[in-house]
Amino acid sequence: MRYYDRLIFELSRPGRSGYSLPGGGESVNFEGGLWRESSLVLPEVSEVDVVRHYTNLSQMNFGVDTGFYPLGSCTMKYNPKINEEIVPAFNALHPLQPESTVQGAREVLDFMDKALAEITGMKHFTFLPCAGAHGELTGLMLMREYHFSRGDTARTKIIVPDSAHGTNPASAAVCGLDVVVVKSRPDGLVDVEDLKPLLGPDIAGIMMTNPNTLGLFERDIKEIAALVHECGGLLYYDGANMNPLLGVVRPGDMGFDIMHLNLHKTFSTPHGGGGPGSGPVGVAEKLVPFLEKPRVSGFHGNFGVILRACAYILSLGRENIKLAGRLSTLAANYVKESLKDCYKLPIGTVCKHEFVFDGLSEPNGVSTLDVAKRLLDYGFHAPTIYFPLLFHQAIMIEPTETESLQTLDAFIEAMRSIAEEAKRDPELLHSAPHNAPIGRPDETTAARQPVLKYSAE
Amino acid sequence: MSKIIEGLLYSESHEWVKVEDGLAVIGVSDYAQAEMGDITYVDLPSEGDEVSAGEEFGALESVKASSELYSPVSGTVEAVNEELESAPEKVNEDAYAAWIIKVRMSDESELESLMDSAAYAKITE
Repeated sequence: MRYYDRLIFELSRPGRSGYSLPGGGESVNFEGGLWRESSLVLPEVSEVDVVRHYTNLSQMNFGVDTGFYPLGSCTMKYNPKINEEIVPAFNALHPLQPESTVQGAREVLDFMDKALAEITGMKHFTFLPCAGAHGELTGLMLMREYHFSRGDTARTKIIVPDSAHGTNPASAAVCGLDVVVVKSRPDGLVDVEDLKPLLGPDIAGIMMTNPNTLGLFERDIKEIAALVHECGGLLYYDGANMNPLLGVVRPGDMGFDIMHLNLHKTFSTPHGGGGPGSGPVGVAEKLVPFLEKPRVSGFHGNFGVILRACAYILSLGRENIKLAGRLSTLAANYVKESLKDCYKLPIGTVCKHEFVFDGLSEPNGVSTLDVAKRLLDYGFHAPTIYFPLLFHQAIMIEPTETESLQTLDAFIEAMRSIAEEAKRDPELLHSAPHNAPIGRPDETTAARQPVLKYSAE
Repeated sequence: MSKIIEGLLYSESHEWVKVEDGLAVIGVSDYAQAEMGDITYVDLPSEGDEVSAGEEFGALESVKASSELYSPVSGTVEAVNEELESAPEKVNEDAYAAWIIKVRMSDESELESLMDSAAYAKITE
């Protein structure tokens, strides 16, 4: 990797341009003072300047196409290139095209509705939400409408486990619901005894992730579903951790009424640079009347992501998709068992697609941050760190099903070397990374005094 | 080992209280600031807001996490430490100097349910 950190404005030279158009251009007169008064600050660069600039910047990046990316909770599985090959057939569509000319796109949405319903046990999906948290908010609004439509307006509270993704309470707050936290037991699962006294006529429902953020399957889910339904509440399923359940267990069968899927995670579309995502929301039969109408229309979320997920489902097929879930579980347990003698494993039961260490077994002053930074020197993306908050030195590892045994072994070997280095030479880890273009950015100042846009001055 | 000051009262959610001229001066403990890491934002209430014992009145944000602030007592917010808006690092520098709000208490008996420094030292061991 060649170090490159220039701004395109630094390449700018007055009068330089990529190409010129024939003719002198036309001047347009705007009425009423619409002309801008300051000059427009744009870089003046040639085509080759632009190509080299962005190519060089792209080489400073790390993605699933460059290496192993075990970022827990994010399902950074490989994105098969066949998903991309189907896109050109659709990318000239416009949402306002006559319906008769977009039957192929409608078929994709209709197929995806049926496929996701079969995978999850829901009745129907809406494809409008553009990512997971958007799906959560949509799902909670459906939940609220369901209660309101029955004249049941006193249900203003929602239960969220203490291990939940931070988006759950945030979405609930945006939806105007008060969050009530249910505690986890020492084995990491929701404490049913702590849940019981919280249930009542003011509860709209519960939001759960299963497997939860510790990668553990909530084994009491049938009992929890029965208790919540008995008090008149609904169950919302956060689909962020759906990957290990593909073709094995369905949220609908567990008793969930509403859920979202993260197509960009579970169904292998590119993400991780902040988007694009797709968070379709599925509902059980009794909630179908609350979905938008018409159920299929031109403006339907991030269609390109839905299309790629469709390619993924069709290329795997019904039989192979069952393997994805099982292999992601096998990979996670393999890594966990191979490292648990040198990393602290707070909960030792069989995990699903991911698991959490609580730092090194023998830290010798080395923190989880140091371990994560040192991993970069070994050529791996760091796992998720300091989440979930239940453990102070959390390292959350999700290998996914798309990595070979050789890749997993290389990662395990790197993690073991780091544990050895911590005993022998902790300073090496405190000052890591040593081979990355940027080592330890000052996150505190970045958060306290953020510089959010380029300024020419 | 975090710093605990004798003579202050403490809540289980790691706020401290000092009674001064009939007002409850409220901040967070040294233990809380150390757990949070570098604090980047303090979400403050407004003067005149009503607070209730055990209820949320604001929040701290750090690079690592966000954490709600719970009022140890009920009453009316008489003063807010606005300096923390532009200088949240004051909480890290000295958690006992960086008071967050001052509350005119509606029920001083609520102070009796708070911990003294010895009891608080036990729960943060």
